[in-house]
Amino acid sequence: MNEHSFFFTAMIYLAAAVVCVPVAKKLGLGAVLGYLLAGIFIGPDVMGFIGAEGQDILHFAEFGVVMMLFLIGIELEPALLWKLRAPIIGMGGLQVLITTAVITLLMYWLGQPLRAALALGMTLSLSSTAIVLQSLKEKGLIPSAAGQSAFSVLLFQDIAVIPILAVFPLLAPPGAAAMEEHGLRNSLPGWAQTLMVMGAVILIILAGRYLVRPLMRVVARTRVRELFTTFALLLVVGISVLMTLVGLSPALGAFLGGVVLANSEYKHELESDIEPFKGLLLGLFFIAVGASIDFELILSQPWRMLGLVMALMTVKCLVLLALGRLFRLSADQNLLFGFGLSQVGEFAFVLLAFTRQSGILPADITGMMTAAVALSMAFTPLVIMIYEKLLQPRFTITKSAAREADPITAKNPVILAGFGRAGNITGRFLLANGVRTTILDLDSDRIDLLHNLGIQAYYGDASRYDLLLAAGAADAKVIIIAADSIDQTTEIVKVVRKHFPNLQMLVKAESIPDVFDLMELGVLHIYRESLDTSLRMGADALRILGYRAYHAQRAASTFRQHDEKALKELSALRDDKKTYLNTFRERIEEIARLINRDNVKPWNNDTVSWDESSLIAEAKQE
Amino acid sequence: MARILILFAHPALERSRIHAGLLHSIRDLQGVTLHDLYEAYPDLNVDPDREQALLQQHDIILLQHPFYWYSAPAIIKQWQDLVLEHGWAYGHTGTALQGKQLGNVISTGGMKSAYVRGGHHGYTIREFLLPFEQTARLCNMNYLPPFVIHGTHRMERSDMPYCCQQYRQMLEGLRDDRYTPAALAEAVYLNELMM
Repeated sequence: MNEHSFFFTAMIYLAAAVVCVPVAKKLGLGAVLGYLLAGIFIGPDVMGFIGAEGQDILHFAEFGVVMMLFLIGIELEPALLWKLRAPIIGMGGLQVLITTAVITLLMYWLGQPLRAALALGMTLSLSSTAIVLQSLKEKGLIPSAAGQSAFSVLLFQDIAVIPILAVFPLLAPPGAAAMEEHGLRNSLPGWAQTLMVMGAVILIILAGRYLVRPLMRVVARTRVRELFTTFALLLVVGISVLMTLVGLSPALGAFLGGVVLANSEYKHELESDIEPFKGLLLGLFFIAVGASIDFELILSQPWRMLGLVMALMTVKCLVLLALGRLFRLSADQNLLFGFGLSQVGEFAFVLLAFTRQSGILPADITGMMTAAVALSMAFTPLVIMIYEKLLQPRFTITKSAAREADPITAKNPVILAGFGRAGNITGRFLLANGVRTTILDLDSDRIDLLHNLGIQAYYGDASRYDLLLAAGAADAKVIIIAADSIDQTTEIVKVVRKHFPNLQMLVKAESIPDVFDLMELGVLHIYRESLDTSLRMGADALRILGYRAYHAQRAASTFRQHDEKALKELSALRDDKKTYLNTFRERIEEIARLINRDNVKPWNNDTVSWDESSLIAEAKQE
Repeated sequence: MARILILFAHPALERSRIHAGLLHSIRDLQGVTLHDLYEAYPDLNVDPDREQALLQQHDIILLQHPFYWYSAPAIIKQWQDLVLEHGWAYGHTGTALQGKQLGNVISTGGMKSAYVRGGHHGYTIREFLLPFEQTARLCNMNYLPPFVIHGTHRMERSDMPYCCQQYRQMLEGLRDDRYTPAALAEAVYLNELMM
């Protein structure tokens, strides 16, 4: 492929996505279905923009699934994973076993030899992590009971891939081609293989704990943004290479790596760095799935194909529904769980390719099955939509009742951007008052310090939308912006105003021109860093000179009100000269205007409070 | 010798003639502690622990303040709200103040003749001070008759030394236990006991 055709292909993919996804979203179909439709559209059977290379792209884009599991891991703290152990092993284990058994029996009954039936059973028992989690996430259903159950089952399936890969070569008829090279592992005896797998897992955990954190600190300290992104990518790719080397699922390894880093102070930064890559690759993956659907084959025997897909999904769905029942999911959650996981996963493409190469199944059956798998994946967003539009409304009452009982896993109500001179005082004050605060700062040394003190603090640039999102800005109530420079501050203010109108902004400013800039951005709560301190000094000076403490306190407080009002008035008076305001002379002039105003308008209405002269005058007249 | 605590409250002492004079006259008095509330807590953030410790170190607590709106300036109320805690000052276990004496030292702009039934202010000073009297009772304290300086609006500078001297004498009398319980119970104003 020369350079031109590479860019041309890239253009086709990107354009298809940009056109189809918004249309699908507008039609209420969801982004996943949009990508699939884009793939079908540009695929060999419709427009023919892309041909056989679709399969290669599919393999490449599977890396998006790895990244997704890394991100899921990083959002999942070890404690939570431990809490999910029962559904993962119980639900997931039973799902894989029962579905495999049922499909194997069906296939055997349909006349397949036992080996082929077993291979198909195992292949088709898996569901699609990419499609299910992406669809659920898009609709915000991950935290629901069905979402958690689906997640548990998918996680177990990822683990189950390891034994399935080990069993498949045994199913191959003698003399057939061996399965693709599995790296180092295959050349070793069984016990060594086990040791190696365990070693790899332990390596990931230890490296995550003791190697990655200091490394991230070094990388963060360079303050070269893209280097952090590079490092984040290296981390995920590195885990994948290691896992492939020992013959484990890269997705599983990435998940584990994510979990290990879930408590890290760089969590949000890693998340926001990997997220765009994951999104792109997953999109590519869905497009590739759409493009790989063999419509020629489907159209040659449409009813048989449709029947096959329907039967597959129904069988899988029924097993899931029974399991959901067993694990006491409520009716509506159980339906979502069953419908959601009823497709066959992307891993089936790999396994089907292997069964054809090793002669377990003839090419016509694997071709048909591949098409069926792709179709079942394409149907999933539709099925979830049917659930949402037709079935869920009938359960709305029970659903809201269940939701009330659910403890809301509340995120922190306050985000503190900047833990510098001013921010650290505000942060300490909030923490001392038991207000849960998410601290973001760009100084890795400060983050280290906080981390050592056991305070949740994260490294990252708070003017980035994705980082704010990861820090819980969508659910928080207040953001305190105490960045070190006015440029950073205005950047953060703009992002918050654009994307998180739910957040009340409390903004620290240093100089009067900064205050004006922030006023122009529409910030209501502006705090001049030096104002309160200066006035307290002034009040204490009054006290030392013999003024009563209460008088000094009131005078300072009144002056502050007067000063803020004066600033607002001056801000309104400011004309196009504002661009020159940064010069020293202009600043002096601004202060001069403020002082003049102090003299013209008597600010301290000293003649009224507790004055008895009028009373005395009146009394003397009587 | 009884120990006296004066809780002084004036939001604008710099404008007051009489209270500045009163404070000046007692500045060297043995056994009397002057605690200037507005000076100690300009933000009205009264410290209950510190205040309770002060109360426990004294036998007689006098609230000295101008008589604003038939009551005391705001910080006295804040002080009551924060310091006289349930379980400490009152209630089943609230015996910290048992047997102590509480009184008001007040100045009013109006003459004594205005504070009578049917007069300009409609009620007597003792009636207006009932909330303090009952506060003392609730906290197991004895309520002293108030020391009142009337007519400050018409007072000439030359009248003030007399008032100040009387105040000093009154404090010395309380400190040295010169007034019998019967005399205290009978008096409407403490001022009467010095005539």
